[in-house]
Amino acid sequence: MAELERKKITKRFWITLVSAPILMLLFAVFVMPPLYEVLCDITGFNGTTGTVETEQQYEVDEERLVEVSFFASTMPGFPVQFGPKVASMDVVPGKFYTTSYIAKNNTDYEVVGQAVPSVAPTDAALYFKKLECFCFTRQVFKPHEEVEMTLRFVIEPEMDEDIQDVSLSYNFFKLES
Amino acid sequence: MSYTAAHDDHHGPEKGLLRWVKTTNHKDIGSLYMWFAFAMLLIGGAFAMGIRAELLQPGLQLMDPQFFNQLTTMHGLIMVFGAIMPAFVGLGNWLIPMMVGAPDMALPRMNNWSFWILPFAGGILLSTFFMEGGAPAFGWTFYAPLSTTFAPDSTDFFIFAVHLLGFSSIMGAINIIATVLNMRAPEMRLMDMPLFVWTWLITSFLLIGAMPVLAGAVTMMLTDRNFGTAFFDATGGGDPVMFQHIFWFFGHPEVYIMILPAFGVVSHIIPTFARKPLFGYSSMVYATASIAFLSYIVWAHHMFLTGMPVAGELYFMYATMLIAVPTGVKVFNWVATMWKGSMTFETPMLWALSFVFLFTIGGFSGLMLGIAPADIQYHDTYFVVAHFHYVLVTGALWSIIAATFYWLPKWCGNMYNEKLAKFHFWWAMISVNVLFFPQHFLGLAGMPRRIPDYSLQFADFNYISSIGAFSFGLSFILLTYIVIDCIRNGTPSEARPWDSAKGLEWTLPSPAPYHSFNTPPARAVILEESQHS
Repeated sequence: MAELERKKITKRFWITLVSAPILMLLFAVFVMPPLYEVLCDITGFNGTTGTVETEQQYEVDEERLVEVSFFASTMPGFPVQFGPKVASMDVVPGKFYTTSYIAKNNTDYEVVGQAVPSVAPTDAALYFKKLECFCFTRQVFKPHEEVEMTLRFVIEPEMDEDIQDVSLSYNFFKLES
Repeated sequence: MSYTAAHDDHHGPEKGLLRWVKTTNHKDIGSLYMWFAFAMLLIGGAFAMGIRAELLQPGLQLMDPQFFNQLTTMHGLIMVFGAIMPAFVGLGNWLIPMMVGAPDMALPRMNNWSFWILPFAGGILLSTFFMEGGAPAFGWTFYAPLSTTFAPDSTDFFIFAVHLLGFSSIMGAINIIATVLNMRAPEMRLMDMPLFVWTWLITSFLLIGAMPVLAGAVTMMLTDRNFGTAFFDATGGGDPVMFQHIFWFFGHPEVYIMILPAFGVVSHIIPTFARKPLFGYSSMVYATASIAFLSYIVWAHHMFLTGMPVAGELYFMYATMLIAVPTGVKVFNWVATMWKGSMTFETPMLWALSFVFLFTIGGFSGLMLGIAPADIQYHDTYFVVAHFHYVLVTGALWSIIAATFYWLPKWCGNMYNEKLAKFHFWWAMISVNVLFFPQHFLGLAGMPRRIPDYSLQFADFNYISSIGAFSFGLSFILLTYIVIDCIRNGTPSEARPWDSAKGLEWTLPSPAPYHSFNTPPARAVILEESQHS
């Protein structure tokens, strides 16, 4: 019987086999995180809140009320006392509101922190928009300083009518100063 | 390193210990993989004994909680990356070239390298126990920020070890793809291939897709820990939940990496001892491929409690349920193969049968966990522990033991002690159920996983489970004896020790010669030995 030749490994086959895992690695490090961020922004997954640039006009239904509750927490090792000025507000979707959080640095040294917001329920996160927020930038707290940090927000009227309670919580993290 | 590959056709293995360091022979490397995996199984098993000893009674008796957490973490990592995966690569190395009529793996020197990375990776991983701050204690899933902000310094060694393990697996996968696609006997078509080859080919694609994502995840952890990035750190704009997405994007294909080759093994053993061709060969191939595809799109069913939108929970729940369809096809085919067969119950068959039975229990508890609203109750309880031990111990490990008994006569040329092997089977079979079955009840009653102490109402079932664990652990001493006794003193075996075993490997003498199939087998032989009806 004439012996049949086994196939040779072609160069192209080699390149495909070796580059596939490398591409997957690059995909995991450089594509997945930005993709995840974009996905969160679009859908409000994970309680990611949105922002608005200007005080735009919405159609306002004065009859409709949503109760917004404010929460605050700090990460272990963050020495600044931090809490909302009011526990909750009744807001009309489409109108802009201002409230504030109060922070007091009880230590003798300067503390730098970053607040990270989260909105629940998830389906509300997409419609919770902030015009102005202390969470947009890092905050510097001088020794024994007490500050009032403002927050201006709107709940867009497109939000599902079934949602009548929305919670906004901030978690303060310590940054290396 | 000498350049012997081209001349190897003419002489046997090198003399002395260096043979094992320098070898490029697929049978040598297969044996190395198997022994390494077995050693890791015993080490990981010893950790499990420590865990069950602490859980024998409520209260803290033997160790502090931090060390307990180190044990659970290392038990998981060693068993997944050190025992199950290398054992399957070892089986693949030994069997795939023989099954496709090839003289060796396509890339023998890379094969040597991918094995010899493993002992170093395993050594680095185990050495973390002796470091300041102890071994990683954040669970085998190493969720951020536990593994980034709050982890011991040894975590960087863990990251390096995972990189090495990933390298090894990816090289192994590339090698298997190249072997199956290029070294196959020219007259063997894809649909003539035995199912173990098919399942490994598909597993290789899973490895190539998933392992780099794991490497990416630990790389991001490394830069978060040491180089000031903030992938998983909310203060810098990152997100710890994203870690879970990336981890499970690797992690879910990973569980199929550990079970698809097991499906292949069982699809060989059941037809042999039922004396019937495998029922539905092509549907087995398609089912395997569907499971592999689905495994990439269901990852977030591990994360139902991270606050996903309802639409997300629904999607991941239904997609998860969908996997039960091809898996059901497989179980149906195995049962249909046995239907009206002339069954005998030699040891490999006993292991394969109990695989079908117990793996299906694990599959069903998996379906229960996949129901999003029910998962709120089961999440992170002992029910999860029971579930994945049923699929990994009585699934993956069972098939590895079945394969060992089935092909051991071919590997070493000797028959094992059938009486002793059967006794060992029943010992392991009963004790493993005493060990894991009560954990279902513990989980349903609300006992959380990864805790060294528990409240009193869980005491009885934990006691039973621990007794089962000690008994199951002891059974491995007997297994070690049976295997070594077979290699040293077993009665010589025929070329085809099982009456109706099909496959090119059985056309070789026992033990399989150091070099085989220098001439590819003819079409007639391939058809005669194929799994088709």
